This record gives sequence, C-alpha cells and structure tokens, in this order.
Amino acid sequence: MTLLSVKNLRVTFETETGPVQAVRGVSFSLGRERLGIVGESGSGKTMTGRAVLRLIRPPGRIEADEMRFDGMDLMAASESQMRALRGQRIAMVMQDPKYSLNPVMTVGQQLTEGLRQRDRLGKADAVTRALAALQAVQIRDPERVMAAYPHELSGGMGQRVMIAMMLIPEPDLLIADEPTSALDVTVQAEVLSILDGLVRDRGMGLIFISHDLRLVARFCDRVLVMYKGRVVEELAASDLMAAQHPYTRGLLNCLPRIGGSRAPLPGLDRNADWAV
Amino acid sequence: MTDPSPDTAPSRLLSFAGRLGTEVLTLAVTLLGLLAMTFLIGRVVPIDPVLSIVGERATQEQYDAVRLALGLDEPLWKQFAIYVGDALQGDLGTSIRTREPVLEEISRYFPATLELATLATLIGVLVGVPAGVLAATRPGTLADQVVRIVGLMGYSMPVFWLGLVGLLVFYGQLGWVGGPGRLDASFEMMMEFTITQYTGMILIDTALNGNWPMFANAFSHIILPAGLLGYVSMAYISRMTRSFMMNELGQEYITTARVKGMAEWRVIWVHAMRNVLVPLITVVALSYAYLLEGSVLTETIFAWPGLGSYITNALFAADMPAVLGGTVVVGAVFVALNMLSDILYRLVDPRAR
Repeated sequence: MTLLSVKNLRVTFETETGPVQAVRGVSFSLGRERLGIVGESGSGKTMTGRAVLRLIRPPGRIEADEMRFDGMDLMAASESQMRALRGQRIAMVMQDPKYSLNPVMTVGQQLTEGLRQRDRLGKADAVTRALAALQAVQIRDPERVMAAYPHELSGGMGQRVMIAMMLIPEPDLLIADEPTSALDVTVQAEVLSILDGLVRDRGMGLIFISHDLRLVARFCDRVLVMYKGRVVEELAASDLMAAQHPYTRGLLNCLPRIGGSRAPLPGLDRNADWAV
Repeated sequence: MTDPSPDTAPSRLLSFAGRLGTEVLTLAVTLLGLLAMTFLIGRVVPIDPVLSIVGERATQEQYDAVRLALGLDEPLWKQFAIYVGDALQGDLGTSIRTREPVLEEISRYFPATLELATLATLIGVLVGVPAGVLAATRPGTLADQVVRIVGLMGYSMPVFWLGLVGLLVFYGQLGWVGGPGRLDASFEMMMEFTITQYTGMILIDTALNGNWPMFANAFSHIILPAGLLGYVSMAYISRMTRSFMMNELGQEYITTARVKGMAEWRVIWVHAMRNVLVPLITVVALSYAYLLEGSVLTETIFAWPGLGSYITNALFAADMPAVLGGTVVVGAVFVALNMLSDILYRLVDPRAR
C-alpha cells in the first residue's frame, strides 16, 4: 500500500540573482518501508524531506504534479490540515539536537507540549506519556532528563529526546534527516539501533536522509541517489554494489575501507550532464 | 552511559545564589567607584565650595570657619571616607541654592521622572514588541515597511520639536490632553490637602486614595510627554525586536515546533519569544535607564519637575552638591537596573545560570 507518493516535486528559492532550484523534479513513492535518500551537501535531499511536510518558508516555493499522503492531497491541503498532519502522522528528526531543541525550555516542557496543546491531555497524563517515550529510547533516568535543559544533555541524549518527542504521537511516517551526523561514532550506532527498533516495532514508513551511502544501504530497503536536485539513480539497497550510475559508484568508491588498498582515494566525479 | 548529569534542583538554586552574591559585590564596588568619581569631580571643578556658600564679600574668618565646617582642611582620603560614610547614610550634602538636604529634594523630583519614564517604557514595550514581531514575521511587506518608517521617524525627529508640535495640536488646538505640568493648577493646590502621598507618583497616589478626578487630570497631563518618550523608546525596541525575532525564526528549533504541529502563534509567541526575551531584556533595561536619567528637553517643554531639570537647574546655579547628588542617584539607578536586568536575564536563559 502506498503511504506517500511524490511526482515531479520542485523546490525553488527566489533570490536576488534569480530563482534557484534546490529540487528539480523528484518522484518517488513509499509504503510502510524504509527509503534512503543519499547525496552530497546541496543535492536537495533535505529540501525534499521538508517539502513533504510543506515546511519550506517563503521565499522558497514548492511545486509538484502530485504529492499525496495516505490519499490526502498535500499540495491542496490548507495550512491547518497540514498542521494536523505534522506531528500527528508525519514527524521529522533533524540533524543536530543542539539546535533542534528549544534552548530555553526544559525537555519535559517540549515533550509534553504536543500532548497538552493538541491532544488536550492533563499535565499528569502528558508527563506519564512523555516518561514512557523517554524509556522507549532507552533513557534510564527519564525523570531527571525531563527536568533538564537541552544544553545539559549530551548529543546522543539530545537526539534520543528528539526521537522520543517525534514518536510520541505514533506517526505513520518518520523523516530522519541526517539523524546521526552530528553525533560521535560510538553514539551513532546506539541511536541508530534505537531508531531502527522503534520504526520496526511500530511499522512506520521511514525516509532516511544521509550522505553516508553505506549506512543508508544497511538501514533501508530502497535508496534514491540525488545529485543537484535530481534523482540520478534508484535501486534496492541489496543491489547497491551493482549500482550503474557513475555518481553512485563515485560515492561508493570515495569511502575508505579497512584492509583496502592504501592508494589515495579517488575524488568524487561530478558531471553537469547527469543533472539535466 | 557517559552523559553528564544535569544539576539537581537544589544545587542549581545554590549556584544561582552564589552568582547573586557576586553580583551584589560587583554592585558595591561599582557604587564605590561612582562615589569616587563624583567626589573627584567635586574637587576638580573650578568652583570653590566655600565661596559659593559664604559669598564674595565674606571676611577671612567667616571663610575659614565654613571651610573647617565642611571638613576641607582634612587630608583628601579622609574627606573621601567621610563623603562615602555620609552617602551611605543618605546624606548627599546640602543644596547651596535652597539650603535643603539634596537627597530630600531629589526624593521630591525623582518620582516625577520615575512616573514618566515608567509609563513611557511601558508604552514602548507594549507597542514596540508586537510591532517588531509583526515586522519580523512579514518581512518586506507593507506592515514591515510601516513599522520601519514609523520607527525611523522616532529616531530622527528631535524630541523638543515633537513635544512642541504635540502640545500645539493636542493641547492647544484639540484640547484632548492637559498642558504642561503634572496637574492643572486647581488640582495642584488641592493635592497637598486631599491626598496622602505614598510614592510621589501622582497616578499611583491618586489611585490609592481613590481620587479619580485627580487621577484623570494627572493622566491627561502625563500622556503626551509619556507618549512622546514612549514613541522614541518604541522606535528602538521595535527595531531590536524585529532583528532578534528574525534571527530566532531562522533557528532549527522553530522547525521542530512546526514539525510538532504547533500553531504559528505558539511558534512565534512561545518558542521564539522566550529566546527573544533574553537579549530584549537588556535593550529594554537600557532604554528605561536612559529615560530615568530624566530627559531634560522633554521635562523643560512640559514643565515636568523631574530629575533632568533638577540637575540642569542646579548646574546653572553652580550648585555642586545638588549636581553631584543628582549624579550619584542617576548612577545608582543605572547600576541597579543593570543588576536587575542581569537577574532577569538569568531567569529566562537557563544557559546563563
């Protein structure tokens, strides 16, 4: 069953030197599966994720031939319909908890906010739900974390809080935008396995945005490779090694391997023709 | 797990108290420095304090007697110690013009300034913050341009000109507001006998006494100068609010709030505003402190018996004790407001605690 279908998505920013297209005709569809989007910085992968939530603010502009979520036309939806969708049915985990959590509100205030404001839950009920959500991301002393401010948490802890916050309303689709790029390598694995477990248990759809091709391949069912705002290749994660496109091959080859050849790694090939 | 443990509530409170102690110490040192400044100015200005008391035709004996009485024969350090000791006991000397204790005089003039500055700041904040937010959330639109131009006019129009035109239009032509002074003459005469003075601020005193006709009259007198100063402060506050708000709205936690499905008013007034408050407190405190010095031009045009005109008149009369006393009070108010804004700053920003 298709959860999300996107046809010919375009994201354009009006600048003083004319319009800049960050996403240029991206199409994909997604069921309750894991879709990886990879590409280098500026390839449009983050903008694609945010466009699905219609979070591109002016002077940015979203256009698409079709963008449907569970039968609902996202392009035609009103702002209040989108608000009901965000948080409730589609959630997003961002890159760096240092910036994505509000620095002057306690973790508890931020975790319970959705429950209190949208679901009109009483304080005690909201706190109970929030504590459970923190336990689900394997935080052992949730009470203490609830009372803490974001700057008092480590990166790994912050990202778990972020995941807990986004999963509280049990969304159908989670967009994870470089969820581990800002974390230490050792913490990355922990956070990934927590995310993996939760997405699996709850049967959510997942869009996993990353610049790390191997990570995406391990984590996802399908991979979109983006370059300059376009999808240059789409393939099953298991077929990654058989990738045909030179850009994808380039991404694979520029990663060092333990025990591999010590020769200098090749630079990434870029060819403007691929993006046409 | 290697996460650093967030402080527990009691120890957080304790460190806050500790910082507060440091703050008080800083305050004491700053005030001592302030007194040293005024003391030195008093010694450096080419005005002989003895001469200004005894007059030019006094005999040498009279001169020496007063010099002795003022303690001017003591060594400088001892004079300073006496000066500080006196100041701490609320003795800022005696005005040469009126022969009244300076502090007593200031306690009559300062409430007028306090009342005006507070109302002006209130207007500045209540209009300036929403205007700044409006401009920040709709950059480049008509609303933004209007806020910008109205603000620019606030900076650039001389206050005395605005004051005169304001009086001409709203008092002279339209008769909507009271004229110069804090009250109509008839009320002014009644004031002493009909109301108990608690604060020296007429709006508050008349309200506490339940004397509403007098309150209304006082309000009609204060609204024009307060509106004027409030306009200038609004111009500054709205510009600053706009830029702080624009900065916060570009932050990633704002996206988080939107992803959570929060209504836009909540994103702006709760998520962003709490962060905007941090720098805004300093801006408002500075603008308030500036107004508390007493704005001489406004006080002159509106015949407002405030601190600014008190100090200016004292200066024209070479009444150094009054000038320096006034300076000490202004300095102390400035320092106190700074400390207050520091404390508020820490209350709103957990990272600063």
